[in-house]
Amino acid sequence: MIEPNPHKSLFVASAQTKQRATAEKRFHMLGLTAIFIALSMLAILMTTIVAKGSGAFQQSFITLDVALLEAKLDKKGTRNPDNLKKVTTFGYAPLIKAAMEQIVVARGIETDLTSKDMAAIVSKSAAAQMRDRVLNDPRLIGTTTEFKFLANSWIDGYLKGRVTRETIGKNKNISSAQLDFADRLIELGIIEKSFNIQFILGADASDQRPEDAGIGVAIIGSFAMMCVVLLLALPIGVAASIYLEEFAPENRLTDFIEVNVANLAAVPSIVFGILGLAFFINMMHLPQSAPLVGGLVLTLMTLPTIIISTRAALKAVPPSIRSAALGVGASKMQTTIHHVLPLATPGILTGTILGLAQALGETAPLLLIGMIGYVATNMPETVSQGLLSPNSAMPAQIYEWAKRADPAFYERAWGGIIILLIFLVTMNLIAVRLRRRFERRW
Amino acid sequence: MNENIISHEELAMTAPTIKISARNVDVHYDKTHAIRGVSAEIPSNSVTAFIGPSGCGKSTFLRCLNRMNDTIKNCQVSGDIMLDGEDIYDPKVDPVQLRAKVGMVFQKPNPFPKSIYDNVAYGPRIHGLARDKSDLDGIVEQALRRAAIWGEVKDRLSAPGTGLSGGQQQRVCIARAIATAPEVLLMDEPCSALDPIATAQIEELIDELRQNYSVVIVTHSMHQAARISQKTAFFHMGTLVEFGDTKTVFTNPRDPQTESYITGRIG
Repeated sequence: MIEPNPHKSLFVASAQTKQRATAEKRFHMLGLTAIFIALSMLAILMTTIVAKGSGAFQQSFITLDVALLEAKLDKKGTRNPDNLKKVTTFGYAPLIKAAMEQIVVARGIETDLTSKDMAAIVSKSAAAQMRDRVLNDPRLIGTTTEFKFLANSWIDGYLKGRVTRETIGKNKNISSAQLDFADRLIELGIIEKSFNIQFILGADASDQRPEDAGIGVAIIGSFAMMCVVLLLALPIGVAASIYLEEFAPENRLTDFIEVNVANLAAVPSIVFGILGLAFFINMMHLPQSAPLVGGLVLTLMTLPTIIISTRAALKAVPPSIRSAALGVGASKMQTTIHHVLPLATPGILTGTILGLAQALGETAPLLLIGMIGYVATNMPETVSQGLLSPNSAMPAQIYEWAKRADPAFYERAWGGIIILLIFLVTMNLIAVRLRRRFERRW
Repeated sequence: MNENIISHEELAMTAPTIKISARNVDVHYDKTHAIRGVSAEIPSNSVTAFIGPSGCGKSTFLRCLNRMNDTIKNCQVSGDIMLDGEDIYDPKVDPVQLRAKVGMVFQKPNPFPKSIYDNVAYGPRIHGLARDKSDLDGIVEQALRRAAIWGEVKDRLSAPGTGLSGGQQQRVCIARAIATAPEVLLMDEPCSALDPIATAQIEELIDELRQNYSVVIVTHSMHQAARISQKTAFFHMGTLVEFGDTKTVFTNPRDPQTESYITGRIG
């Protein structure tokens, strides 16, 4: 019976209202808990990454005065560059031993170490570093020059607390006598930790010298791939979406295309990798491990993302704008280019940048086309080298470091993740900014 | 000429020339027969109102007159529609050119999200109507004056058109349609989204536009049709039931259906 009941007060909550209020409160709490869990996961992720990765940006350096003896480096005394080049890094190695002996005597350090063991705490990259500097400036020969060498990864680990006297045990790479010696050098200020720009700018290094490995060349590789993806995927994706959304007739063929584009977006990236290997490398004979090929593979992978987001952006443009343009006699193309596309730009840009960010973090397809591992030792010098000479990419480099045995590489993997995340956050910020800017203009 | 719809005498009295003449127009959407054998002659320099209940086909017929139906999928138009004696559905006709001649104003004001100036200048630009910037400025000013909005916007031509009030937006849209130098203006319920004051302004404007254009207006308001039009066409269920002088249609309708509608019994 629907009868008004004047005796019911509004101040007394009915049983049903109470139940509803409880349910609402429960739902509220559920949402808060979910947010809290998500935020704490993020906090755990960020603190772990920063705690484990920040070490990679600091490196231990040993500052030594090295006597660049003419007798060793330029026996004829002609300073002929060709002759100087004939002296390999083996010719430079004894100079470091000599410099170490010099320090022991001059600073009165007591040690039982042989000069070879003393020199071993310096990175294996030291000889090459000296040679490069001498070849650049032959006038240094015959002088005593100050060099800032990398300490080897065990000493570096000792300074960072990763390596201790307890953990080294029977480690063949480092002895406690060497650690004692290092302690003395630290007291004297000869071994110091400082910011390591080479990690950001340098190339990967072999298994023997993790302290020398950097992610710079891989950054260039990633950058070259992103350029390829942007230049190919954006125009192709936008053109395809405009055709499908604005011009294509509605029939079975376009339905089929639509379903397939949606499916392609869900294809595992490794499938695109093996496609790239079969098509670009085996069939078209493009160079292996080249960022160009990586870019092409990532283009294939990014296209569906860009097409889907662009179509959504075009669909979101109100039909009244199209009617208005057609009504004053604009052609279909003018309507699209002058009115629909500018209004869809923020959405297209957001989709593109998110697609690029996804491509930037992709590792699996790069495994298959050889863009992984210790492939590039130097920065590419020209654009074509950047595209065609073997290189790696940031996530592939991180993966490579993570699977190497030496724990020093492990730290670099975390450091690489920090740099990768910085890139991704930057790209997302750019996406947000571009979106705001274009929206304000209209 | 379809005798039972309009007589020659009636036509000769009020309208010296015929601007658009439609003969046996049928429109199909998929399986729906939206317009059935409509024939009508729309005189120049006058206001013709299309009235009728929702879904009667008046908007569909209006959109046939500038081929806006072309953009709707599965829409089939048959029959002849002549503009100044030329068949607008002839394969040689580019709808783009037709729409410059037959402008359209829509139900909801739909200015482009650009400046007021760019809104009005868009048509002349794409049709190459202006020789230079000052010429274009002149066209924009003239169009805005004719749309009775110049005084309100002349100081803020670079402000976005979407920032105006509904009535102002609709007048900017009328100016935009006028700027392509059309001969016919089609208006699809131009006042349905506006308040009474804005409606009165637009109605006054339509009456003035009659001097230069043939205006065809679809309206749900019979009062509006009676106020501003010289000719009225009553559509029902896709057919043109009655077409004649507005006075005659409202005071002495020939068809009982028309009478029922204007007295409020159907609709």
